[in-house]
Amino acid sequence: MKIFIPTPLRQYAGGNDTVDVTASTVASALDELTGAHADLRKHLFTPEGKVRSFVNLYLNDEDVRYLPEKDKTAVKESDTLSIIPSIAGGGKL
Amino acid sequence: MAIGLDLAALPELTTNELARYSRHLILPEVGTEGQQRLKAAKVLCVGTGGLGAPLAFYLAAAGIGTLGLVDFDVVDESNLQRQIIHATPDVGRKKIDSAADKLLALNPALNVVKHETLLTSANALDIIKDYDIVADGTDNFPTRYLVNDACVLLNKPNAYGSIFRFEGQASVFATEEGPCYRCLYPEPPPPGLVPSCAEGGVLGILPGLVGVIQATEVIKLILGKGETLAGRLLLVDSLKMRFRELKLRKNPECPICGTNRTIHALIDYQQFCGITPERKEDQTEKNGIPQISVKDLKSRIDSGEEIYLIDVREPFEYAIANLGGKLIPQNDVAQRLGEIDRDREVIVHCKGGVRSQKIAEYLKQQGYQRVINVAGGILAWADQVDPTMKKY
Repeated sequence: MKIFIPTPLRQYAGGNDTVDVTASTVASALDELTGAHADLRKHLFTPEGKVRSFVNLYLNDEDVRYLPEKDKTAVKESDTLSIIPSIAGGGKL
Repeated sequence: MAIGLDLAALPELTTNELARYSRHLILPEVGTEGQQRLKAAKVLCVGTGGLGAPLAFYLAAAGIGTLGLVDFDVVDESNLQRQIIHATPDVGRKKIDSAADKLLALNPALNVVKHETLLTSANALDIIKDYDIVADGTDNFPTRYLVNDACVLLNKPNAYGSIFRFEGQASVFATEEGPCYRCLYPEPPPPGLVPSCAEGGVLGILPGLVGVIQATEVIKLILGKGETLAGRLLLVDSLKMRFRELKLRKNPECPICGTNRTIHALIDYQQFCGITPERKEDQTEKNGIPQISVKDLKSRIDSGEEIYLIDVREPFEYAIANLGGKLIPQNDVAQRLGEIDRDREVIVHCKGGVRSQKIAEYLKQQGYQRVINVAGGILAWADQVDPTMKKY
C-alpha cells in the first residue's frame, strides 16, 4: 500500500512524498514505514508508542481513530494511508 | 447550512450595486436575495497576511457588507512575494492600514472595521461576537486554538486555512453540526517541532489558492448554498497539483464541542501550546542554552576575540548573507559532529534563532559543554548591527 508522507516529515523519510509498504494492517504498515525510516518513529509516536495527538492517520479518507478496529484494521494493496500533521502557517500574527 | 441573517431586515441593493454585482445577480444560487445577504454579512478576517490578503480582497469584491480585520504587524519586504494586498510603497506601514486602503479602493461601499491588536483570550470574544463568520488566516498554533475555541463558544463558523511550503489544508469548523479544530487536532505539537513559514518557507501562490478556498466557503455559508467543507478536510499539494479530501468527524470526547465539554471559557493558549512567556532570564538563557545578543556578539568580535561560530542555515542562505561562520546545515549536524570542536565555546546561529536554538540543545545533549545561541540570528544582526546586510 501507499503511505503519503506530509511535507514537514519528508526529511525523515529520505525526502520521499510517498512510501510503498507491504502490510496486512494499519499498525504493521506503520511498523514497516518506521522500520525503514527510523527517524520518523519519534515524530509519529510518543515514547509509549501512541500516535502523537497532533498527527492524524487516515486510511483512504477515514480517520483511523474512528475505524472500529482502529490501527488493527486490515489493509489492501490498493489502500492509501495518509499522515496529516497540524500545520499553522498563514499570516504572521 | 446558512448563517442566521434576519431575512426581513436584508438591506436593499442600490442602483450602483445592481450594476456592480450583475454577474452575481444572474446566478440563480446568488440572485438579489443572495447579494443582499452578502451585503448584510459581517465577516472577521484574523490576519491580513498570506491567507488574509486574497481572502479579504475577494470578499470585498464580492460585496460583503462589513469586513473586520485583525492585525498588528507591519508590512515587510519579504511579505510581498505572497501578501498581494500590500504593495512595495507599503513596506513599513501597518498591515491593517495598507489592507484597508486597498479594500476601500476596490469597494468604497465596504465597511472596514480595523482591530489593530493581537487577538488574545482577553479580547477575542468581544471582537468576534459582532461578526457572523470568522476566517482564520493566522500563522501560529496558540491563535489557531484561540480562534477555534472562541468560535465554538460564540457559535460562529470558522473558515479555516493553513499552509506550509507547498501544501495547504482547508475546512470549515464550528458549525452547529460539524467538527471543530480540536476534533481534528486535540492538542498542538510541542513548540519548535513544526516549522513556521518563516523557517520552512512557503510558495507565494499557495496562500492565494488556500485563501480563495476560504473566501469561497465564507460566501457559501452566507448564501446557504452548495456544500461547505464542514466535516471535510481539503488537502492541497501545489507541487503535484493534487487535491484530496478526508472525512472529519465531530469528536464526541472533544473538550470544547463534545457532549461532556470541559472547556467553558477561553484559556491561556500560550501555555496550552507549551510556550512559556518571555521572562527576563529567558533573554540570557533558554532551555539551558545561554543566549547572546547580536550586539554582545559584535563587541566580542570587535575586541579581537576569536569566535567559533557555526551557521546552521542552508548554503543558499549563506550565499545571501553570512557572518563568516562555519556552515553546517541543521540536517547535516548529526553526521558532521566530528567537524565541531568539542573543546571550544561553540556559538551557533541561523536566520532568526529558532533552528540554531534546536541545534544548540542537540549539541549540549551530545556532550558539548559550552554552547551559545545567537538570539535573533542574522536578521537581528541586520537590524541592530549592520543595516547593509542583505535580509531575506
